[in-house]
Amino acid sequence: MIPLSWYLVLAAALFCIGLYGVLGRRNAVAILMGIELMLNAVNINLVAFWRYLTPALIAGQAFAIIVFAVAASEAAVGLALIISIYRQRSTVIAEEIDLMKW
Amino acid sequence: MTLLQGVFVVTALAAVISAVMVVASPRLVHAALWLVVTLGAVAVLFILLDAGFLAMVQVVIYIGAIAILIIFTVMLTRRVMADSGSQANRAWWLAVFIGVVMFAALLALLAQMPTWWQVTPPPLAASADFMVKDLGKSLVDLDRYVVPFEVASVLLLAALIGAIVLARPPAETAGKTGAE
Amino acid sequence: MITDPFTLVGDLLREFLIGLGLKAPEASGVIAFLGAGALATAVLVLCFLLIWAERKILARIQDRIGPNRVGPFGLLQTVADFAKLLTKEVVVPSGADKLLYFLAPPLAVMAVVGLWAVIPLAPNLVGTDINVALIYLISIGAIGTLAIMLAGWSSNNKYALLGAFRSVAMLISYEVPMVLALLVPTMLAGSMGTVAIVEAQRQMWFVVLAPLAAILFFTSSMAEAGKAPFDLLEAESEIVAGYNIEYSSMAFGMFFVGDFLHGFTLSALTVTLFFGGWLGPYVDQYSWLGLIYFLAKTAVVYFAVIWIRGTLPRLRIDQVNAFNWKFLVPLALSVVVVTAVADKAAATLGWDRTLALFVANGLLLLGTVIALQLYARSQRRRFERTSLAAAPAPAR
Repeated sequence: MIPLSWYLVLAAALFCIGLYGVLGRRNAVAILMGIELMLNAVNINLVAFWRYLTPALIAGQAFAIIVFAVAASEAAVGLALIISIYRQRSTVIAEEIDLMKW
Repeated sequence: MTLLQGVFVVTALAAVISAVMVVASPRLVHAALWLVVTLGAVAVLFILLDAGFLAMVQVVIYIGAIAILIIFTVMLTRRVMADSGSQANRAWWLAVFIGVVMFAALLALLAQMPTWWQVTPPPLAASADFMVKDLGKSLVDLDRYVVPFEVASVLLLAALIGAIVLARPPAETAGKTGAE
Repeated sequence: MITDPFTLVGDLLREFLIGLGLKAPEASGVIAFLGAGALATAVLVLCFLLIWAERKILARIQDRIGPNRVGPFGLLQTVADFAKLLTKEVVVPSGADKLLYFLAPPLAVMAVVGLWAVIPLAPNLVGTDINVALIYLISIGAIGTLAIMLAGWSSNNKYALLGAFRSVAMLISYEVPMVLALLVPTMLAGSMGTVAIVEAQRQMWFVVLAPLAAILFFTSSMAEAGKAPFDLLEAESEIVAGYNIEYSSMAFGMFFVGDFLHGFTLSALTVTLFFGGWLGPYVDQYSWLGLIYFLAKTAVVYFAVIWIRGTLPRLRIDQVNAFNWKFLVPLALSVVVVTAVADKAAATLGWDRTLALFVANGLLLLGTVIALQLYARSQRRRFERTSLAAAPAPAR
């Protein structure tokens, strides 16, 4: 059988790749994709812990569902923001969206 | 290595490689499509973890909605990105460093739990059908997760309204189209 | 008379494989593989017949004869067409994304054939009986959306991209009422598995218990399949041919097959969920009758699909989206609420379930008609006001 740690290592790897995507990419949409990767890593962890440690409690799955809801709303608002910014300033590069920077 | 382990390793490799492509691909549409591959691999992992319902929901929500929305946005904003070369910002080396350190730290934490390297899944007490029902009930059960569930639904409503407000055209053009 | 040929064939095959020296789980795996291949092949071969039937019926509706040259009654017309398609040159437009360009057509076919995996064809004859079959249906639909997006983008063509945009916008919107309509059979059967849903209709078909949900599901899956009047993803007069404009040869053939098969698949789904699937008289004694009942019911619904296609004009993109968001989604939400309340009330108060649900649906329909009437009246008043104010003074 597959040990729990394999899932956790995979989730950690996905999380860190997503973290790089958030920190190292210029395009705002690419940053959002990094966030989606991180959320997925979290979901893998939640479900793996549920299956291996507390299969009687449904908590892991329930919270994975809530993460789905968060991811969906985050994508909707985030992408709407990006398109709105693109309309106003015709750029989606995070470094150039610096009006609030002093 | 058993068959299940083989399936896991292949899926995990697919997930990690496509995730790397998501953050490394210079063309954003390709990055978004690699993201679809990663999300599909995660759905397969959910099936391996006996969470078939979540696997299906993952495909519906992530691939069917979020990935499509992302591809949409990339296509609507691609004019600016067509000419610029590198997609990484100036501090990308710092981001790599942070990522690697984070991964090492997580592995170190994991090494603190030696039992997790052996633990195998206990047999499930309930049938898959019962689990889906239990999941549904737990989300509206006052003693269990009704509060997170309600908060999530309020969040979704707020996101819905927020997205509509953001996507509305500015006031002057709205007046024009409304008069038609 | 053989009572249950499907189980018999399965058992014979299993014994044969075990006789060859395979272990029991391996034999099951081989049988599952063969079954999946047989199902997919059968569905694709069926497509030849479907294309012929659709063209023939459409021709009758339009007062023509339709295909009548190749083979008896023109039955082999589709074969000739596909031979022609196969011999055509495969054109790749310049600047196209080659990998994605050729990935899209098979994905489009997969997204339709994959739906057949969970449709119960007869007792003991179903691809796979998973407990989340209805969500599986939606998720496979999502892959179809992705295929259209890929085809539109990778062609490097404005019209293809525009077609992909509007079709994806439509498909995503129409998923909402479809999912809500799927909730109703789930509630009535207490399960998301298609086999359980068919079994739950033994007493009464769900089309009687939930007629509005049936209509909602049928309408929104027509839109999902891109069938007329929702076929604006290939509106010739506006965007030439839509997302598949650049495709030729068999790559186009795949989109074509997927498109035609989708109509039949949506009929099969409607039959499974609302018209009792394979249920019918004597089906418990002779399970092969189930397949005949299922195909007959599906053919009737499919005829309705073609009929609608031949009768209704194509909608405009804003009309399609307004119809969805302003009419179908609110109606679907109220259908879900009304069904839940009526079902629960009937169960606790001891009313007749069929009657309670039917009456509840009827009341909801009445309310919808009244609301539509009020809306239409207010629109008319508004129109009269504005047009009277805006119109130039009549000549005297």
